[in-house]
Amino acid sequence: MSNGAAAAVSSPRRRAPLPLVLAAGLVAAAAAVPIAYLVVRALSADEAGRALVSLDLTVELVVNTALLAVGVVAAALVVGVPLAWLVVRTDLPGRRLWGLAASLPLVIPSFVAALALLGALAPRGLLQQLLEPLGVEELPEVTGYWGALLALTLSTYPYVFLLAAAGLRGIDPSAEEAARSLGSGRAAVFFRVTLPALRPSLAAASLLVSLYVLSDFGAVSLMGYDTLTTGIYTRYEALLALDAAAILALVLVALAVVIVLLATRFGARGTIYRSTPGAGRQAEVVPLGRWRWPALAFCTSVLGLFLVLPLGVLVWWSVQADPITGRAGIAWDAALNSALAAGVSAAVGALVVLPAALLAWRYPSRIARFLERLTLSPSALPGIAVALALVFFGARVGGVVYQSLGLLIFAYVLRFMPYSLASTRASLDAVSPRLEEAARGLGRKPLGATVSVVLPLARTGILAGAALVFLSAVKELPATLLLRPIGFDTLATRIWEGTALGAYAQVAPSALLLVAIAAPLVYLLSWRNAWELGAAD
Amino acid sequence: MRKLTVAALAAVITALTVVAGAATAPEQTTSLTIYSGRDRVLVEPVLDRFEQETGIDVNVRYASSTALATALVEEGRNSPADVFWSTEPGTLGLVAARGLLKPLPQATMNKAPARFSTRSKRWVGTSARSRVLVYNTQLLEQSQLPRTIWGLTNSRWKGKIGIAPTNGSFQAFLGAAIHLHGEARMRTWLRGIRNNEPRTYPNNTTTVQAVARGDVAVGLVNHYYLYNVLADTPGLPIRNHWFQSGDPGSLVLAAGVGIVSSTKKHAAAQRFVEFLHSKWAQRFIARGPGAAEYPVVRGVPIRPGLRPLAQVKGPKYSLGRLSVDLPKAVRLLLEVGLLK
Repeated sequence: MSNGAAAAVSSPRRRAPLPLVLAAGLVAAAAAVPIAYLVVRALSADEAGRALVSLDLTVELVVNTALLAVGVVAAALVVGVPLAWLVVRTDLPGRRLWGLAASLPLVIPSFVAALALLGALAPRGLLQQLLEPLGVEELPEVTGYWGALLALTLSTYPYVFLLAAAGLRGIDPSAEEAARSLGSGRAAVFFRVTLPALRPSLAAASLLVSLYVLSDFGAVSLMGYDTLTTGIYTRYEALLALDAAAILALVLVALAVVIVLLATRFGARGTIYRSTPGAGRQAEVVPLGRWRWPALAFCTSVLGLFLVLPLGVLVWWSVQADPITGRAGIAWDAALNSALAAGVSAAVGALVVLPAALLAWRYPSRIARFLERLTLSPSALPGIAVALALVFFGARVGGVVYQSLGLLIFAYVLRFMPYSLASTRASLDAVSPRLEEAARGLGRKPLGATVSVVLPLARTGILAGAALVFLSAVKELPATLLLRPIGFDTLATRIWEGTALGAYAQVAPSALLLVAIAAPLVYLLSWRNAWELGAAD
Repeated sequence: MRKLTVAALAAVITALTVVAGAATAPEQTTSLTIYSGRDRVLVEPVLDRFEQETGIDVNVRYASSTALATALVEEGRNSPADVFWSTEPGTLGLVAARGLLKPLPQATMNKAPARFSTRSKRWVGTSARSRVLVYNTQLLEQSQLPRTIWGLTNSRWKGKIGIAPTNGSFQAFLGAAIHLHGEARMRTWLRGIRNNEPRTYPNNTTTVQAVARGDVAVGLVNHYYLYNVLADTPGLPIRNHWFQSGDPGSLVLAAGVGIVSSTKKHAAAQRFVEFLHSKWAQRFIARGPGAAEYPVVRGVPIRPGLRPLAQVKGPKYSLGRLSVDLPKAVRLLLEVGLLK
């Protein structure tokens, strides 16, 4: 990010206004308190609680979780990078459409992906019924590790695709051209020049994907694969063991921190350098020629598996009742609740990060950087850990706070405000501080200048950030299960309850609605905005 | 400083609650908050009727009985709950042991037989259910079924058994068996079950559905889920099998209810408990759509075709013991690796 540039042109008045520092500090503190609660609780666990997390079991769950993260990252890279290259760099027929379609699975929550894949690929599922005339009597079962891998790849490869596509657009083509002119073939250029230049984007994407896998609860439990999140949930839900859940949650947070440190080391701080300033040149388009057909086959099979198949299953179930569990309608009340909670979270999430973003943009200092980091840190916190911390906190405080919609929204905002901060920061960096100074010079008060001049210029990033918070909140499952107020069902929890009763087909219309609510937001996030989001630290 | 941050945080959340609350319905003043471990489909009609009859509004938090017991313990005096309606006596006992349930009046205790309540009067049974082995009639003849749970460790059941180890009733069965047969023997039994590679399901309903589909041949469940699944889809090839008399696999359990100590709505809560013992509620629990539990109040008929409770010969076991035996069952399940 262009911190250096912003600092170079900023005004001589470097001291940040105290209210701004206090506001940013309060938000950052709110991010830190729940985890402090979790630590205290885990450390004060009694013997009975500790007995329900043996070392062997903890190691097994950590290994399971890590193996899944590694597998999903690898699969998402294998799917996402070639797709991005084909869409950005080649003359693939219909590449704009492929690009849009490739980012669409972003709106399919992992638990919806899992239940659709289970329905399609079960030994006697829908795919087998389709293939029955060809003599296929039973398909192999796709559950456990491979099932979870498939469902999570579906939900996460779009991050790799979007960031790789943005990275490819941002690469200065001159290095590739130089390599070509020195006699390297296309493949050699791709592996020796393009891929290394993409490293920051891919590291950032891998970080996003692995944190997603760490937080996932729905897909792994539907697929019957034991990870840290399922271990935490089992202790909360079925074992009378909140202390044990807190201990495992802390292990999960530690694993997330390790992953962030690893990714940072391997260059996740994504900066794409250009050799020349000013507007970038686009790389030349690679003609595919005969390779067009395998390329199209690749795109078709990826999107067939990850978009057409799951949506097809949901549509099929919506029109055709399941022989065991029957049919049901759309949970409109739950949809309203989802929209309400996610909507308020998006608005609050956009507002609360403004002090930190303005501070970092206008008054860069060690404190500003520290507060920004702290506000960004919850992006590494799995939702179930945040929720558990807030359950402890809420039960202790009680009163109107406990089991309130406010606490749920607080969890959403806390968990997802890093997205909104990153996005807001990225667009603020494009605003010259001189404009604000001009407004001040013309007699505006500091707050007035910010509101009337700066924020409108940064609105794209602020809105994209809010959209990302909305999208994430609407899909959120584990924290919602733990924190929702009495009688407050969201689409996610209603779908989850349905799956717990084996009523996959009954919840299909609600799952489709959830996807439909989230779908338009992909438009906001795709292409240009994704570049900004991805490039932001 | 920490106090200050916590206070500030509480203030922020309160503000959020007010903002969000303005958008939702206003809070009712004469309302009762019920923590229900029982499924929504079996509870909602009862609550609707209660609201109609009494004019008292009811809020329900649905979750597993275990999760609700955990929540009640965590909340302590702060609990918003007035009533805890649980599927399983062990969780009631655990909450009662912490002093979080009030003693019930003797008249209420007298409604249910002593075997379905507790001497401490902290909870009373609302319905009874038996553990059974549900089986797929297309895959198995009745004569092929084991006469005791010990038979299930035979290798011919490999890959054919469905269980729900996170389910409170399954854990209660195991807890009772640990008391009756000793931990060592049950450890051996559980290992035998584990070596038979059972399929695990999240609850009774999905276990019965899996048996109906033929994914597994038999499932260890509560007896009435069969009727629940058959109500959705009549004609499925499933039937209940009772183990021989005295076998822990035929344990008779009770669902029960208690009043939370911290309630400020004692009269309304008491009224709700009484309503659950009313003829109408007991009849619904016994014969409502998809329902087939045993009523606890005398004179209410059971579902036609269901084996009468007098003919279900479970083991002799006092349900009040479950608050001690349930945690043992959980530890054993973790130790053997059926839970993770």
